[in-house]
Amino acid sequence: MSTHRAKAKQAVDNRTLFSVISASSVGTLIEWYDFYIFGSLAAILSTQFFPKDNPTAALLSTLATFAAGFIVRPFGALVFGRLGDLVGRKYTFLVTLVLMGGSTFAIGLIPGYASIGFWAPLLVLLLRLIQGLALGGEYGGAATYVAEYAPEGRRGYYTSFIQTTATLGLFVSLGVIMLTRESVGVDKFSEWGWRIPFLLSIILVGVSIVIRMRMAESPLFSKLKSEGNLSKNPLAESFGKRQNLKLVLLALFGATAGQGVIWYTGQFYALSFIQKACNVEFVQSNMIVAIALLAATPFFIVFGGWSDRIGRKPIMLAGMALGIFTYRPIYDKLYSLTDLSQKQEFVDAQTIDRKLTKQDNGSLLTTMTTTHFYEGGLIAKDIEKTITTNPSSQPSKPELTKAVTLPRASFWLMVLLVFVQVVYVTMVYGPVAAFLVELFPTRIRYTSMSLPYHIGNGIFGGLTPFIATALVATATKANEAVPGSVAKPYLEGLWYPILVAGVCFVIGLLYLNNKSERVNE
Amino acid sequence: MEQVKKYLGIIWILLGIYVGYERITDSLIKIGSDKLEDRVFGWVVLCVLVPIVVGGLILFGKYALDGEYKSKE
Repeated sequence: MSTHRAKAKQAVDNRTLFSVISASSVGTLIEWYDFYIFGSLAAILSTQFFPKDNPTAALLSTLATFAAGFIVRPFGALVFGRLGDLVGRKYTFLVTLVLMGGSTFAIGLIPGYASIGFWAPLLVLLLRLIQGLALGGEYGGAATYVAEYAPEGRRGYYTSFIQTTATLGLFVSLGVIMLTRESVGVDKFSEWGWRIPFLLSIILVGVSIVIRMRMAESPLFSKLKSEGNLSKNPLAESFGKRQNLKLVLLALFGATAGQGVIWYTGQFYALSFIQKACNVEFVQSNMIVAIALLAATPFFIVFGGWSDRIGRKPIMLAGMALGIFTYRPIYDKLYSLTDLSQKQEFVDAQTIDRKLTKQDNGSLLTTMTTTHFYEGGLIAKDIEKTITTNPSSQPSKPELTKAVTLPRASFWLMVLLVFVQVVYVTMVYGPVAAFLVELFPTRIRYTSMSLPYHIGNGIFGGLTPFIATALVATATKANEAVPGSVAKPYLEGLWYPILVAGVCFVIGLLYLNNKSERVNE
Repeated sequence: MEQVKKYLGIIWILLGIYVGYERITDSLIKIGSDKLEDRVFGWVVLCVLVPIVVGGLILFGKYALDGEYKSKE
């Protein structure tokens, strides 16, 4: 009889745990979706809200990119982390969800710059800042909530479901954008269809709120509250006391900074490199990353679960070490797949296509496309666009772009090379929620774990594409001044993630304990 | 190993100072650039990244030197 009761209790516990994971993961996934659609639609948003010929709008656009994406997130971690330790996890991450969903929906409603002028970019910037704040508060709450429900010895496995959401959020955002574009057509999508992914957010958030409202508060937080042991000032306790501040610094320099650069290199710099350095055309480059993301996602759960058995430290450090030693050969191979100087062109097959399009403002757009065919089936297009405002005027300065279409074998090799990088991401990111949760006591956990996470990911990780691009530009300039001074300038950007991950690896190896179990404290 | 962890604290402090010097120099060049994106990026590095890296590494190094990261027996 007692065995039967124990089994029934176990089934109820499993159901509760499953609901907790679903409620937390779906909400976090929607927050990531909301956050990413802004980045994925940046090109269209800039034409709608941030005209380049207006310096104020251009400044607001740059601020929206840097400020909300990276800088505001740690502030969100402080504001909502404190709230989560004072009033509870459940209500705090409900607030972050409402803020994120509301601001995303509102971006979809703002009239363009052509209708309301300066107000349009200003409102978008404000809403983007709210998005950044909300994201800063969401993750710590979801990870803490799940970890405080999870049974001992299984926290890595259960929190790894939260870890899949950042990657799946990116995948869903790319999917929704591509589906909408296909449904309404490219022209209508640029005109008004881009609003659909933003407006859709309100439905997703609504569903998630209903699910989360039904959940109970975390048992460890409730226990602490009933005992009257809640922290009165989580910020002072987290960062004002040496005993805890030293752990915050250790979490940052021994884990999250390295994890952040590995994450951003594998998921975002890889896409940027394929598009800008390899010139792979838009749809194919996004397909490569989307397939790699989807194929590697289960590894978050594999490594999260594995970390319960062998510890968080060896898996996270192995992910960093693999990145440090293999990034340069991986990116060199990516580059070589589209390096036209090393490929034989069938010059006789070259075609030139010229197209004239009359635009809405009466100007004439001339698009000249030269298509080159190479051995192995690679196709490269040189696209030159010029605008003539009236028949008597000179055409504008030509805008040149290159678009490479890969043959099947190179396409799948690129997928494999990105997949390998995303597997590194799963190694460092899969166990990190459990690692952070176990480092800090319940009374200040939300605050203490959120800050190093968002500094590591938002600032160290988030700046990766910008710092890497700046390093490549410096190396290219040096090469132009003294030819051959930098052997492969396109690889120079990788020094940033390699060095940050290198320092983090050494600190993690020497100073981190493999097992830390403070969840019930 | 405890001694290595302790005295490596000096390396983390020196690393913080070096990164601070190197990044401040670089971001000042960026702030003087004609391009708006470079200027904003320079300010971001100077006002956000530099204080976190420099302050954080120096404090981390100090704690290491003080023996705060000793392994529990």
